[in-house]
Amino acid sequence: MSDIDIRKVVQEELNNIAPEVDIASVDPAADLREAIDIDSMDFLTFITAIHHRLGIDIPEIDYPKLITLDGAVAYITAHLELGKN
Amino acid sequence: MPSLGADMEAGTLVEWLVKPGDWVKRGDVVAVVETQKGAIEIETFQSGQIEQILVELKSKVPVGTPLARIRTELEEKPGAVAAAPPPAAPAVPLAAAPLERPPITPPPPPPVALGAAARARVSPAARRLAEERGIDLSTVTGSGPAGAITYADVERRLGEAVAPPERKRALWLDLGAMRTAIAAAMARSKREIPHYYLEHRVDVAACEQWLTETNAARPPGNRLLIGALTIKAVALAARRFPAFNGFYRDNKFEPATAVHVGVAIAIRGGGLAAPALHDADKLSLDELMSRMRDLVQRTRSGRIRSSEISDPTITVTSLGERGVETLYGIIYPPQVAIVGFGKVVTRPWVVDGAIGPRSVITITLSGDHRVSDGHAGALFLAEIGKLLQEPDKL
Repeated sequence: MSDIDIRKVVQEELNNIAPEVDIASVDPAADLREAIDIDSMDFLTFITAIHHRLGIDIPEIDYPKLITLDGAVAYITAHLELGKN
Repeated sequence: MPSLGADMEAGTLVEWLVKPGDWVKRGDVVAVVETQKGAIEIETFQSGQIEQILVELKSKVPVGTPLARIRTELEEKPGAVAAAPPPAAPAVPLAAAPLERPPITPPPPPPVALGAAARARVSPAARRLAEERGIDLSTVTGSGPAGAITYADVERRLGEAVAPPERKRALWLDLGAMRTAIAAAMARSKREIPHYYLEHRVDVAACEQWLTETNAARPPGNRLLIGALTIKAVALAARRFPAFNGFYRDNKFEPATAVHVGVAIAIRGGGLAAPALHDADKLSLDELMSRMRDLVQRTRSGRIRSSEISDPTITVTSLGERGVETLYGIIYPPQVAIVGFGKVVTRPWVVDGAIGPRSVITITLSGDHRVSDGHAGALFLAEIGKLLQEPDKL
């Protein structure tokens, strides 16, 4: 899956959680919890959705790596690459 | 048309989920009604067969209006001497809540739905798949015999989870109307209920440790949040301290037989609701977490059930990890208590005579002083704190 598709998946799932926010206009380096006002329940919903859609099981210990849009895309890309090998 | 709030006089029928000829059992969602609080799913208290729909879509009718006619199973008894044609089924209001119209006090809530709907049978393969992928079986519709859940049913549910239907906020979630309803309830609470306030700071190192270990071995769909532990602890403590679990009406306290914990849920854009997690004291942590996730999702997309609005016997409120250290709630009448949880913080703490950093949480109680006093309140809070020291026993 290309880098662009992953970003789209991440944005779609964040959009499901925060439908009134224009995700495309969010600073990709900003802390999502502040930028789109999501809590730990929302974040867990996001992680669960990523697991369902992309088959990646993200452990709790790695959560801090996914708190920005860029971070989430980088992490998921890396793990999908690992999965392929 | 049930009453879903003290000031509700009428509701608008926006969706029928059944038609004449369908069979329903008690607790099934049969219609959706639009109110100030958003779209509320109406459950039937009667089991039987839908005979006739009495109210058209989009009609606004007063509280108490019969919505449909149900032929109850009592009239289908085999072996009865059938000398005459079966009598016409009586018109049965879907939520039997007989209404006077007192100016402020709400009518009695519908009968408390004890326990969740009976669990359908689940095939072993379906159960394994559901556990693997973190699907709560109570949200899967079974297509097997007697509603049994098959592997295909769980697969289908997975497909739904992956591509959710239109998730934009339901158009009928009118935040302005919701704010008006909240204002009325909170103003009434402050006017009528003599609140007292207690706070208790509790070590949650054991909870955090247990959660880390437990979640490390689970896929995301099965992980727990500390909110599940705190709600369970409150539910168990409420069972042991009945003065905090029930309703104050007609100048007297009615302790509730069940513990239905209202969970305060913030809705994006400024809304707030506190629907019930039924029988929270009897749920396992996994069931509680799963139901809480479902409740939060439905609340935020504007779909709560009528029993969830009317049944809470005590409420828990928390602002989460981006909130503040201490939160004092306002009691939702006719309840008599609300428990507040601040965010988990690291503070200097004394453990075994030495000072070190420790994760702690501040728990508050706002209690109705007509029903309980500080002594009982302190014991109640202490019990919650004690329960949180042994998360594996919750």
